[in-house]
Amino acid sequence: MKQKLFFAGSGGQGTLAMGQMIAKAAMDEGKEVTWLPSYGPEMRGGTANCTVVVSDKAISCPLINDADVLVAMNLPSLRKFETMVNPGGVILMNSSLIPEKCLRDDVKVVEVPCNDLAKELGNEKCANIIMLGAILKETGIVSLETIREQLEHMFSGRKAAFLPLNQKALDIYTK
Amino acid sequence: MKKILMKGNEAFAEAAIRAGCKCYCGYPITPQNEIPEYMSHELPKAGGAFVQAESELAAINMAYGAAASGGRVFISSSSPGISLMQEGLGFICSAEVPLVVLNVSRGGPGVGGIQPGQADYNQVTRGGYNGDCKIPVFAPAGIQECVDLIYECFDLAEEYRNPMMILADGMMGQMMEPIVLPEAKGITPVDKISEEKPWAITGTDSHPGRNVIYSLRMEPDVLEKHVYHLFEKYEKAEKELVRYKSQGLEDAEIVFVAFGTMSRLCAEAVELLAEKGIKAGLIRPISLWPFPDKAFDEIGDKCKIVISTELSMGQMLADVKSAVAGRWKCGLINRTGGIVPSSLEIVERAIKLWEEAK
Repeated sequence: MKQKLFFAGSGGQGTLAMGQMIAKAAMDEGKEVTWLPSYGPEMRGGTANCTVVVSDKAISCPLINDADVLVAMNLPSLRKFETMVNPGGVILMNSSLIPEKCLRDDVKVVEVPCNDLAKELGNEKCANIIMLGAILKETGIVSLETIREQLEHMFSGRKAAFLPLNQKALDIYTK
Repeated sequence: MKKILMKGNEAFAEAAIRAGCKCYCGYPITPQNEIPEYMSHELPKAGGAFVQAESELAAINMAYGAAASGGRVFISSSSPGISLMQEGLGFICSAEVPLVVLNVSRGGPGVGGIQPGQADYNQVTRGGYNGDCKIPVFAPAGIQECVDLIYECFDLAEEYRNPMMILADGMMGQMMEPIVLPEAKGITPVDKISEEKPWAITGTDSHPGRNVIYSLRMEPDVLEKHVYHLFEKYEKAEKELVRYKSQGLEDAEIVFVAFGTMSRLCAEAVELLAEKGIKAGLIRPISLWPFPDKAFDEIGDKCKIVISTELSMGQMLADVKSAVAGRWKCGLINRTGGIVPSSLEIVERAIKLWEEAK
């Protein structure tokens, strides 16, 4: 079983971090994984995309021609990549920043208003963790427990103060 | 051993630290900037020295000096930066000083771009330095293999008293894969260096008389003798350092030859062709010099075409043709300038070449 995920957004939205968390969790669960970012002159607001492949067997190629799951954090990302999703796949879109509809009717489309929900929690920065919860709910690609462990690891030390907020953010779609 | 998820460049730096790297001299260049960054905070913790040089020319010459004192020295850059280091590399070959060099390559020529490229093939296999010398070069296909090669190359560099080069690319430097890191060897203390490496400049307290390291030999007969001595080492390298992986060659109709990132795309192209009922095989050179000519002897009678698949304008094709030695038709599938083709593009072009060759 091989699953190909594509995450697209803009710099500062935590798009690459979402992909990394899923890749790391899948590795901790004994799967083979690759995480491949698009890279360039990095900047806040620039494009930030990454590909995650999760498989039971060794992964020959970290580049993908099509995706089983697309996570689109803004409108340009949805328009650019919605065609790459396999029929029957899943598109999770950040409906807070995407005022238009997804053009595919042969995939499952999940609208996640993650920036609005994050604002309600008091900090827009946790929008990506809300989306991460939605990905877990829709795909079950990794277990909630493994992601919880990662959150605790990620928000420790100097960042420990942000753990409760991000735990709440993760809970929105997974509880 | 526990697997950890690590970004290529950081894993490469950590591999060097664990191999006992005493000194790293670097100058920033994309797509390998995480290496000097990682070295700047981690190498001093391990007891080594990180030096940010003022240029690649300075970096290679600092590395030459540091390595002459017998400590393990690591240096990394990307394509145009490696070009700037060529003079120093030639001097280091002649002076017989061990050094491990990593090229996280990008598109060229000139300053080029910052996306992955393999157009340094001719430079790394033939050298951009003057004179009769060679540097063995290994091209890993993934982060684990690159980590293991960097670690091993510190030993090989000392065994051969010659630089060893690893050719990765921007994609490998930027991506993350689960890896197992090798055991940390620790830095060799100076008294042990003078014992193990009597040639090293460790101070006259630790060895009798003067040690002099140089590449100038004014007497032609002395210089010729020295070059012949270097070539004894290169002959040994041609026997001992040839490395490759091959798959499905005996009944393949299409044989891809690809290294590094391109070999991973070809591995997928082989699977996609199998789904269409076309048997394809893959030769993945790990050592680019010495080139694995003998891998081509495994190709079976059904082969219609051998395709050099590369991120350059057919630079490896020359070595492929030489290894094929007229036995099969040869073809080229390539992209350049930082563009990595999809496995679908490779399949489509391979089928076209195969049909023309039948």
